[in-house]
Amino acid sequence: MSNGVAEKTQKTIGGIRRKFAPWNDPQAVPLIRYQNVTKRFGEFTAVDNLSLDIYEREFFALLGPSGCGKTTLMRMLAGFEEPTEGMITLAGQNLVGTPPYKRQTNMMFQSYALFPHMSVWDNIAFGLKQDRMEKGAIAARVEEMLKLVKLEKFAKRKPHQLSGGQRQRVALARSLAKRPKVLLLDEPLGALDKKLREETQFELMDIQMELGMTFLIVTHDQEEAMTVADRIAVMNHGKLVQVDQPAVIYEQPNSRYVADFVGDVNILDAKVEALAPGAVTLRAEAAPDMPIRVAQECPAKVGDSVALALRPEKLRVELDPPADPSVNTLTGTIWDIGYLGDLSIYHVELPNGVRVKAAKPNLTRMVERPITWDDKVYVSFTPDAGVVLTS
Amino acid sequence: MRKGLSWFNTTSIALGFAFLYIPIILLVIYSFNASRLVTVWAGFSFHWYVQLFHNQQLLDAAWVTLRVAFLTATIATVLGTMAAITLTRYGRFIGRTLFSGMVYAPLVMPEVITGLSLLLLFVAIGLDRGFWTITLAHITFTMCFVSVVVQSRLVTFDRSLEEAALDLGCTPFRTFFVITLPIILPAVVSGWMLAFTLSLDDLVIASFTTGPGATTLPMRIYSQVRLGVTPEINAACTILIAIVTVVVIIASIMTKRQEMERQKAERLAAAG
Repeated sequence: MSNGVAEKTQKTIGGIRRKFAPWNDPQAVPLIRYQNVTKRFGEFTAVDNLSLDIYEREFFALLGPSGCGKTTLMRMLAGFEEPTEGMITLAGQNLVGTPPYKRQTNMMFQSYALFPHMSVWDNIAFGLKQDRMEKGAIAARVEEMLKLVKLEKFAKRKPHQLSGGQRQRVALARSLAKRPKVLLLDEPLGALDKKLREETQFELMDIQMELGMTFLIVTHDQEEAMTVADRIAVMNHGKLVQVDQPAVIYEQPNSRYVADFVGDVNILDAKVEALAPGAVTLRAEAAPDMPIRVAQECPAKVGDSVALALRPEKLRVELDPPADPSVNTLTGTIWDIGYLGDLSIYHVELPNGVRVKAAKPNLTRMVERPITWDDKVYVSFTPDAGVVLTS
Repeated sequence: MRKGLSWFNTTSIALGFAFLYIPIILLVIYSFNASRLVTVWAGFSFHWYVQLFHNQQLLDAAWVTLRVAFLTATIATVLGTMAAITLTRYGRFIGRTLFSGMVYAPLVMPEVITGLSLLLLFVAIGLDRGFWTITLAHITFTMCFVSVVVQSRLVTFDRSLEEAALDLGCTPFRTFFVITLPIILPAVVSGWMLAFTLSLDDLVIASFTTGPGATTLPMRIYSQVRLGVTPEINAACTILIAIVTVVVIIASIMTKRQEMERQKAERLAAAG
């Protein structure tokens, strides 16, 4: 989009996004509340005594590996599963016991679940017809939805006459048509190829802003969650591990699990050597002759075993020792190089065999890398690059 | 298919077709025979067809058969579809194994046994044998065929379609009629056709469960043949064959056309 109007909208959206943080406001009333919800399937506990608040107009992502309970959590909101214990409220109303067809939520299915015997138009109108909406109003709403997803020309086609991306849009339009209080998206972009997926992620965000609706997305793709969501809940074994904004999840993970699941990370086992206000000194097993300073309040005590999480892009790999004595420096040899085009990933082997990954943007066009296999290198990072994890 | 058939393939095809169709072709040819003697050719004639349409007994039997087949197919389709849905949808319930065993028993049960046991039942409960007992018996043994056909379709049915309908505010009852049924309809229709043809040409079970005044076409033909094969019977059979052939051809054209449309649509979709 290059015209002025579009740019202006983008800016407004950016402004709204920056200021939007109802979860920090103690006065804000959550739209969706999971209260001590447990769901068991026979012996298997899919969701384990979980409580979560989601606010109006929020784009909320449930992120986790398959089998972590994220889909079950969403399906309980849609009404396809009933919680074994606990309560789910939507806008103050208890949903437990309400069948799916009486809930003000709509879902976009992973398989899209388009009705094969109905045209695109009829698919989108289906939900409106169930509400016995007046004919003219249905037509108007369907046209509006078709325009929103840019499928005006395809209204008469059947789902099997559409490409994957078009089907995905029909599914989105159908689930938005009834203006639900919450739109549930179950791995909505899983079937699309990478380029289309990235485009669609931004479109989803725009649509969510434009309609001012609450979106709850389930995904196992951390990049997708980071891109679209206001807040992300990282789940494991039916529990929430961390719920926060994408940047916090990425930069300040609260556990090894989150650090490892979201993005690429080097985790070094270490012991706490000294504690000062706002700083901690570690002794990593991988580099026992080098104290590592981290600028962070640390709840651990001296002598405790902790983990130091370092993102690859925060490590610098150089042939000469860094001039600044305040940065942490480890020495090692280049074990392997991964050339990705935009980045080069250097795998550096530290003296006692532990390997760390460092990502370096390829700022200039060079076919020959200045740093190559078996070179002795210095891996350096600033005190605020790493995160000390106690769990 | 590759071009050119080896002599082995040609022979096997020729033998296969001969084995299947020579008896039928003979029957069709002799139905146009002018002679009363079945095995002596005396020129071409429509005589026996004219004769056939004046044979009130045969016409009555045909009418009974059609009514039985139509009722049977319709009721068996409803019951068979219900059984298929129960078996595919309600995972485990008490008596599931027993139920599925019972549904499929007539599939493997010798017809004589099915017929005899039904006869005993009708006698025991004092039901007058005739049109309705034949229909009941036919429903019993055709239902399982419908159930098999519909169940195989339901296994591949995407449950999220029904969930989507519920999610959009449709009640479970309506969902079945506006989503599930239209999608599985081809299977239900072929189930109906299967039940119809099975009922149409059943002789054994009908013989056991019939009573006075209810004679089906296969029974009538069989009893007449015992008194000697007449060209009239040949004519009746030729008409039956013609009807079946036409139905089968229509059905296969419909399937073919659907398949072509689907492929066309897929090409369209691939093109964007």
